[in-house]
Amino acid sequence: MLRELTLGQYYQTESRLHRLDPRVKLFGTIIFLISLFISQKPSCYVVATVFLICLIRLSNVPFGYMVRGMKAIVFIMMITVVFNLLFTPGETLVKLGVITITIQGLKNAIYTAIRLTYLILGSTLMTLTTTPNDLTDGLERGLGFLKIFKLPVHETATMMSIALRFIPILLEETDKIMKAQQARGADFESGGIIKRARAMVPLLVPLFVSAFRRANDLALAMEARCYNGGEGRTKMKPLVYKAWDKRAYVILIGYLVLVVLLGIFSPV
Amino acid sequence: MSIILDHINYVYSKGTSDEIKALDDVSMEIRTGDFLGLIGHTGSGKSTLVQHLDGLLKATSGHIYYNGEDIYDDDYDMKGLRGKVGLVFQYPEHQLFEEDVFKDVCFGPRNLGMSEKDIELAAYSALKAVKLPDELFYVSPFHLSGGQKRRVAIAGVLAMKPEVLVLDEPTAGLDPEGRDEILDMVKGLHDEDNITVVLVSHSMEDVANYADHIVVMEKGRVHMDGTPKEIFSQTEELERIGLAAPRVTYMMYELKRRGFDVDTTATTISEAVNSVIGAVWNA
Repeated sequence: MLRELTLGQYYQTESRLHRLDPRVKLFGTIIFLISLFISQKPSCYVVATVFLICLIRLSNVPFGYMVRGMKAIVFIMMITVVFNLLFTPGETLVKLGVITITIQGLKNAIYTAIRLTYLILGSTLMTLTTTPNDLTDGLERGLGFLKIFKLPVHETATMMSIALRFIPILLEETDKIMKAQQARGADFESGGIIKRARAMVPLLVPLFVSAFRRANDLALAMEARCYNGGEGRTKMKPLVYKAWDKRAYVILIGYLVLVVLLGIFSPV
Repeated sequence: MSIILDHINYVYSKGTSDEIKALDDVSMEIRTGDFLGLIGHTGSGKSTLVQHLDGLLKATSGHIYYNGEDIYDDDYDMKGLRGKVGLVFQYPEHQLFEEDVFKDVCFGPRNLGMSEKDIELAAYSALKAVKLPDELFYVSPFHLSGGQKRRVAIAGVLAMKPEVLVLDEPTAGLDPEGRDEILDMVKGLHDEDNITVVLVSHSMEDVANYADHIVVMEKGRVHMDGTPKEIFSQTEELERIGLAAPRVTYMMYELKRRGFDVDTTATTISEAVNSVIGAVWNA
């Protein structure tokens, strides 16, 4: 079950999206997120849907693989949808005892569900098609201007990519620890909330111990290779924009303009 | 009384781009009282196979019978099975979590629902069985050496009083002395307490010295199944799949080639010594 978490993971394959400059993909993700939050009309969502489908097709990542990663957030999504559905004031649509569902509430609930789903799909798509290394480079270069304000951009980007890189390692470790404890009769699946929380102790203690050990090993390995942060570091493959990257920027801006215009002028 | 594996198949990550067939039509029998050595190259499916023995992994297809009962039956007592088939993983770090060694060993029997008195008795006798010095019973398991941790991990499983003890690479990362101590201890459990043992190993010497039944895995399939003598006489076949016979067997072949009348089926050092002494005596 743990193997199925795809959030924040990289999917190894060959595609146009994989080859794109990471800065373009970061910019694109932000554009896509902005477009979702300024969308107020169905027509905007139609455009966003078409855009997202095109990107998913371009990425060569199986759709089923992406959707499996969504399972983890279904619960959070349900809560938001229910809250929107029940607590939005407006014209009454259905009334069942104390529960009142309004037209605005229904609309909000649907929009929120779509927004959250697309938000996750959009950002997952970026991490699925970008290696942690590329992502760090992209972030570092893309946010390089923040260095003027003495923000540790390189260090933050490195920390982020290490964190992402460690997700699958720690998941695998969790899986092994779970099995080792299940072999001793541990039960992680049944019982009430307190019993389940207690059952996590034999899982979490070895996991923390191993995470600290790994962090320590990594720090040692980095120091052994004279890593000392961003100052004066050069790259073996510096990021250079290619023709396709520039075209991608144009397409992204075109998409955002289209959504904005539809938001203002579209009748539906 | 035995464990029977009947046409077991297992596929990792079914339906994705990294789908791997880890077990391919595996059938074998582990008889009560066996000391089974399971050998194979890295990635040959040994660890996947042993995780099926106590139901941690469920076969994609096929059946496993423990003492004649199908463990995939809906009403089968899986927790009970995990008590009877004790599986010790390669890294003790994956299971040690309590404040002290004794409490950690109590974890298994407590999960099986024994009474408090029985739990402590079981933990005490398990720690005695793995020959851990008494003064280490109440220290933190994280402060032990690699070999001691491994003993505590084995004790943690032994405390559940298993009928079958499955050890996945119990000697990886230990020095030769620690390795012999662990394996001698396991041999003692097998001989004196009549525990069936399944030993997963990379080391041909370990398997030759201790096992009385060997299964060779290759690419998820059972490649050979027999006694140590039967298996290790096929040196060329073993080498073809990236394994080898024990070094002492090679020495016997070399002696034979140089004209000494020695027994080339010797797989342990004591057998080799006897055969060489005999050959020298007769010459």
